[in-house]
Amino acid sequence: MVNLCFYFQVHQPNRLKKYSYFQIGRDHFYEDDEKNGAIMKKVAQKCYLPTNRLMLSLIERYNGAFRISYSISGVCIDQMKKFSPETLDTFKALADTGCVEFIDETYNHSLAFLFSKDEFVRQVQLHAELMKQEFGQTPTTFRNTELIYNNDVALAVEKMGYKTILAEGADHILDWRSPNFMYQPQTCNKLKLLLKNYKLSDDIAFRFSNKGWESYPLTAEKFANWVHAINGAGETVNLFMDYETFGEHQWEDSGIFNFMEHLPDWILKNPDFRFATPAEVSASLSPVAKLNVPDYISWADVERDLSAWRGNHLQDDALAAVFSLEERVLETKNEDLIRTWRSLQTSDHFYYMCTKWFADGDVHKYFNPYSSPYDAYINYQNVLADFETTLDR
Amino acid sequence: MKVLMYGWEFPPHISGGLGVACYGLTKALAAQNHQISFVLPKLKPMSSEGTHVDLIDVGRFPVNTSNLSPTDFVVRQLEQISKNIDIHAIASPLSPYLTEEQYREELLRLQRLEEMQVHNAFSETNHNIMLSGEYGPNLMSEVVRYAAVAGSIAMRVEHDVIHVHDWLTMLAGVEAKRISGKPLIVHAHALEFDRSGDNVNQAVYDIERHGFEHADVIIAVSHMTKNIIINRYGVSPEKVFVVHNAVTRDSYSELDGHQKAAKEKVVLFLGRITFQKGPDYFVEAAAKVLARNENVRFVMAGSGDMAPKMIERIAELRLGRKFHFTGFLKGAEVEQMYRESDLYVMPSVSEPFGISPLEAMRYDVPVIISKTSGVAEILDSALKVDFWDTNELAEKILAVLEHEPLRRELISRGSQELKKIQWENAAAHLTQIYARLA
Repeated sequence: MVNLCFYFQVHQPNRLKKYSYFQIGRDHFYEDDEKNGAIMKKVAQKCYLPTNRLMLSLIERYNGAFRISYSISGVCIDQMKKFSPETLDTFKALADTGCVEFIDETYNHSLAFLFSKDEFVRQVQLHAELMKQEFGQTPTTFRNTELIYNNDVALAVEKMGYKTILAEGADHILDWRSPNFMYQPQTCNKLKLLLKNYKLSDDIAFRFSNKGWESYPLTAEKFANWVHAINGAGETVNLFMDYETFGEHQWEDSGIFNFMEHLPDWILKNPDFRFATPAEVSASLSPVAKLNVPDYISWADVERDLSAWRGNHLQDDALAAVFSLEERVLETKNEDLIRTWRSLQTSDHFYYMCTKWFADGDVHKYFNPYSSPYDAYINYQNVLADFETTLDR
Repeated sequence: MKVLMYGWEFPPHISGGLGVACYGLTKALAAQNHQISFVLPKLKPMSSEGTHVDLIDVGRFPVNTSNLSPTDFVVRQLEQISKNIDIHAIASPLSPYLTEEQYREELLRLQRLEEMQVHNAFSETNHNIMLSGEYGPNLMSEVVRYAAVAGSIAMRVEHDVIHVHDWLTMLAGVEAKRISGKPLIVHAHALEFDRSGDNVNQAVYDIERHGFEHADVIIAVSHMTKNIIINRYGVSPEKVFVVHNAVTRDSYSELDGHQKAAKEKVVLFLGRITFQKGPDYFVEAAAKVLARNENVRFVMAGSGDMAPKMIERIAELRLGRKFHFTGFLKGAEVEQMYRESDLYVMPSVSEPFGISPLEAMRYDVPVIISKTSGVAEILDSALKVDFWDTNELAEKILAVLEHEPLRRELISRGSQELKKIQWENAAAHLTQIYARLA
């Protein structure tokens, strides 16, 4: 039996408002509620609501044979509560079907692991509590922000009791190996590692509507044939992608919803294939080998490393600045201050400061509310300077 | 005395330091009973009323008054002045804000586009010329077209002397003198050498030299500027007079008990973020100060081609929490910025005068200024440094911030001194010069 394992990342950043030097010491509210609300409502209309409806109907139609998984950041759930409660309701309805697994991550979609292991653990616990509270699940699968991963992440996550972890099936870590098997992190004895099949994932997430692509247009039948071709040479096909692929990155008129609606039918035509969530894959397979990943990988950009968030001076300075406040913030024992500090850790703030203008720069620009990485840096540092002043009171 | 002035900036029209100086100067001259007609490339519709000068928009005058057609005029004038201005490349991207690299790129782009436009501008002999009056990519073209109308204006506007400000209007001044035969005063607020260091734009330099040659009198805003005019342009010293700038006292009394937000001391750099202003020395000094005293915030207010480099350097030094960039500030924000500062630093590499320290002093902000600035010649209540000596600059910043008596002394002596630095004095000096010429 070969598993087809869908995992969707659901995340919206808490964008900061334009915050000038003159606001420092005077204005302690940092988020751009108007923009965050407008974007959440727009994405809900174009993606979350229609896609959730589709997933619900597929689960119903296939009577439990269609199964999927999500990781929804805490930041995103906060925004749903504030701006689109009906979206959260439809995710709850999905949870109630019993065919949907919810995965843990850091509440704030942060880079905490890179700077403070203790803070990382706290943010993961916050997310676990949220999953329990909203969806009645206690996740056993973990994925770090943007699939940031290495041996150390795996070890820390195993220690926290998780059974499965997700990562990018990057060429340079796999070498001759296939992402279509389950592995075990080099440093672990219990934790299972599922790797993204980035070719098949990106066929849907990135190439689906690309008219210049040789396989355009992509039909469910064609895609199912590619998946079926793995039979005998793999045990799980892990399709990991942004949930916003549906209706937001690939617009409705591209036929993406139609594609998804017919995919289960074509996949299940071959009795050797089934849909499974990461926990189910993990429980049903044994790792074929240990995989050694000493250096950080992620699913971002062509480099599949940390360079989208870390590496230029702007990013490194801003990151060092926010994490240097950890002790002082926690000492205050002030819930509001601690929450605000964590909200300033969301990885997107640093993504906006990326100066890799070529190739991936396009993607960075598309998702960037600032006109330049310099503006992003200046704005962030102004906000952080004000936040620091609030600690002294 | 009836003065026909040619300028490029005048508040509220585009207004950097040049506009501020022209405003203060003309206001004081008007108070001393001079009647001033001030020619600008372009007026905004709103604002020719209620001011102390008669503002003239170049666009309202026809070109064709001399015997030569404007195109002939332009060609002949330029051939005399400089081999470096090619009529076909007249559309030059000159601007104080471009780096050499940007300049070359822009030039390539323009060479393909501009020829046609220049010809169109002069294609009908009796047409009026529309100028943008901005420091855009067509600046050189605008300068030449502005000059083409200058004679027409000189013929229609009654005047006793012609007074022009900086290279932008020097061609116009020479042409006005040719038409009316009145004495020409060329006022040098900034020279190509100040803007570009040793990478001078030869065309601008040639225009400056041409203007100085035809001037009856040259006004320099400082002795430093006078020396450059003598040494670099080969002008005879007797022809050059130094008239220092001053500071306008409008809204001086409006200072209230405005509370600054930062509890740290705030050290301010305010100006264009360009080579000439020495922003990099400010950054390096800031790093040295912060290594010794964490209770300081630095602010760099302004925009310019070196801004990205400065931001990256601050990030590299990991000082983003203590060093802020505001971008370009407008009127009320500038005032607020001064009010919330504890120390103003002007580390200019080359500053012909530099009014901004005087503005800072109006808000009781002590100042540290570069020795290579004109204003250093008239200020005793300022600390002075070599712009390149960032150790010394850091020492002096710390001294002012940490020794309250020093700060108070600088402020009180500064406000005494400021009372004497008035545009009235500059105007009185100019009145004598006008009288001698007319």
